[in-house]
Amino acid sequence: MSEKFVVEIISPDKLILKKDVSEVVLPSFEGEMGILKNHIPLITFLRPGLIKIIDETEKKFFVEEGTVEFANNNLLILTSTAREISDFDQNSLEKIINESEKKIKNDKITDKEKYLLTYKIDTLKNINQ
Amino acid sequence: MPSLDDLKKRIKSVKSTQKITKAMKMVAAAKLRKAQENAEKGRPYSNKMQNIILNLTKSINDPENAPKLLVGTGKDKTYLCVVLTADRGLCGGFNSNICKLAKLNFKKILNEGKDLKIITVGSKGLDQIRREYGKYIIKKFSFKDKKNITFNEAEIIGNEIINLFQQDQFDKCILFYNNFKNVITQIPQAQQIIPTESKNLEMEEDNAFSYEFEPEEDEILEDLLPKNISTQVFKAFLENAASEQGSRMTAMDNATRNAGDLVDKLTINYNRSRQAAITKELIEIISGAESL
Repeated sequence: MSEKFVVEIISPDKLILKKDVSEVVLPSFEGEMGILKNHIPLITFLRPGLIKIIDETEKKFFVEEGTVEFANNNLLILTSTAREISDFDQNSLEKIINESEKKIKNDKITDKEKYLLTYKIDTLKNINQ
Repeated sequence: MPSLDDLKKRIKSVKSTQKITKAMKMVAAAKLRKAQENAEKGRPYSNKMQNIILNLTKSINDPENAPKLLVGTGKDKTYLCVVLTADRGLCGGFNSNICKLAKLNFKKILNEGKDLKIITVGSKGLDQIRREYGKYIIKKFSFKDKKNITFNEAEIIGNEIINLFQQDQFDKCILFYNNFKNVITQIPQAQQIIPTESKNLEMEEDNAFSYEFEPEEDEILEDLLPKNISTQVFKAFLENAASEQGSRMTAMDNATRNAGDLVDKLTINYNRSRQAAITKELIEIISGAESL
């Protein structure tokens, strides 16, 4: 018995990743969540953060939002913003961080938006280091 | 009987038309490959999204309080029709097929005494619909200057639809577009996106188990439903783009062939006239010699 399940990351224009993996860690809306084989069926959505895909090698994707469904040992991640972190370069990262920091200073945003932006900035800063 | 010179000119003009249609066909063929790829790549996202929503819908225990985007306003008075067409012509029956289907539906809606509102996307559809149903058009979009349609454009339309819905401007929303089946067949389609029509969704049988939700179902649905609208619009965009190129390729292929036939016919005509002229001249010379 292998301890692996299938993970699929799909964006509106293409299939980003389809792979047999042993563990996935998701930035779920209410906290980080690790998923192993035979997890119970689950539907949730994501906040900005890193998706960690753990196999022999580890892969990390940055996402801003998304919907996740786990059923029949099939993990489905629907997102329009997934990017592998090795695709980021220093300059574009700093630009996004600056923009987000400007937005968060705006008083008009709601608590939810603030919550999401905080996570976005934190994650990006972590990548940057 | 046209003169030799006229025929020559005609042949030349048909030949240059043929060159143009041939070039258009080849361009469409190249673009089709990419558009088809995109359409196929985009299908999983929208299908899976629909599936998740369906699973969510089944586990809602309080249908009275379910989000309006899912179950509708409970009324059946005003229809919003979104007609997606191309910005360019010369693609066979592509645009008129969509418009034909849309007009059929408009007629039905109006005959039933219901209100109609139309949003057009793409200038060709606007031109065809404006003639008869101009007063119902409330908004028109065109992405002529955009080279590639991305999710952003779909989101603009999606947000517009949701805005109108929240202002209580309509009860039902129908999307008209061409579904890309293969290069020669494109099927015009009317898809109802608000309220979500569950009978159209195909359900996988083994998917019927209960889910754990985090956070609550309602919250997930509220987040997901507006996203689903944009996703469906985007899917329609992709299908449409592939259909447009496929339709254009077939149309231009036919045009090239017809131009070839016409050139052949005109060439035979030209040669006959030329021979007739030569024979006539010969007869004149011979009879002139004989009379001496």
